[in-house]
Amino acid sequence: MSHDHDHAPITNGDEPAAAARAHALEELLVEKGVLRREDVREGIDWLVSRTPADGARLVARAWVDPEFKQRLLEDARAAALELGLDPGPSPVLVAVENTAHVHHMVVCTLCSCYPRALLGPPPDWYKSFPYRTRAVSDPRGVLTEFGVELDDDVELHVLDSTADRDPAPAGWQRGADRGRAGRARHPRLDDRRRSARAQASALIFSRARVFAGCR
Amino acid sequence: MHDRGGWSSDAPIDRSEHTLADWELLTDALVGALGRQGVMNVDELRRGIESMPPDEYERASYYERWLYSAETILTEKGLIAPGELDARLAG
Repeated sequence: MSHDHDHAPITNGDEPAAAARAHALEELLVEKGVLRREDVREGIDWLVSRTPADGARLVARAWVDPEFKQRLLEDARAAALELGLDPGPSPVLVAVENTAHVHHMVVCTLCSCYPRALLGPPPDWYKSFPYRTRAVSDPRGVLTEFGVELDDDVELHVLDSTADRDPAPAGWQRGADRGRAGRARHPRLDDRRRSARAQASALIFSRARVFAGCR
Repeated sequence: MHDRGGWSSDAPIDRSEHTLADWELLTDALVGALGRQGVMNVDELRRGIESMPPDEYERASYYERWLYSAETILTEKGLIAPGELDARLAG
């Protein structure tokens, strides 16, 4: 892939340079009529309004309403809409349940897919190189670092929220405990959904915490 | 470079958080608005990021990568001319 625009290298820690660049880009796009300033402002307002509160509501409702919980596990997007919550732009949103026997971890190995509408912007660690690397190569070590100690007989499922990891865009990679051994499509994704150029989103669901997810 | 899953590493995970700076929110919103307008989508965003020279990818912060990608894709599509943004910044 050739890189055909020419600019001074963007360097880390040089925020003012990137800041000036972002503002100049906005100006340019507004002048050219590609974007309206209001659209950009709306996007900022939306982003700063997003917190984990809506995701927590979804999970809390599932704790007290077993039928809702079933619907949430079958179609998290529809379940969010049912509660009047914004599930975000991603066509696919998946909820998984941690139990006494199975624990889930979500990582976006390529970047930062996360259910931002329901949980807010991803934390910095979720986007960091060490998490993206080690969530796959050493998931139990990562959990230990986060203060989560699983018994040896608890199965750990590592889910990659990256859309195009599989041949089918909305497919899931299910890695076995020790890295890339296992690979299977998420059982809840049907053919119709697989045909979409979808982002697979995940909302981890457990009694203890709301974890991770997608764009 | 970008495909990190399963790399061998024992680097600790830094769990300190920072509040998104205004320009980071702006960059996020620009890319989002371009998406809603059908100008560029998230796959293009990622391709733009993944086309960064490796050393620059490693050095850049998260939203610096987004900004870089947006410029790349918009330039490819002819919506901004090569060097146009630099000319504006220099002026």
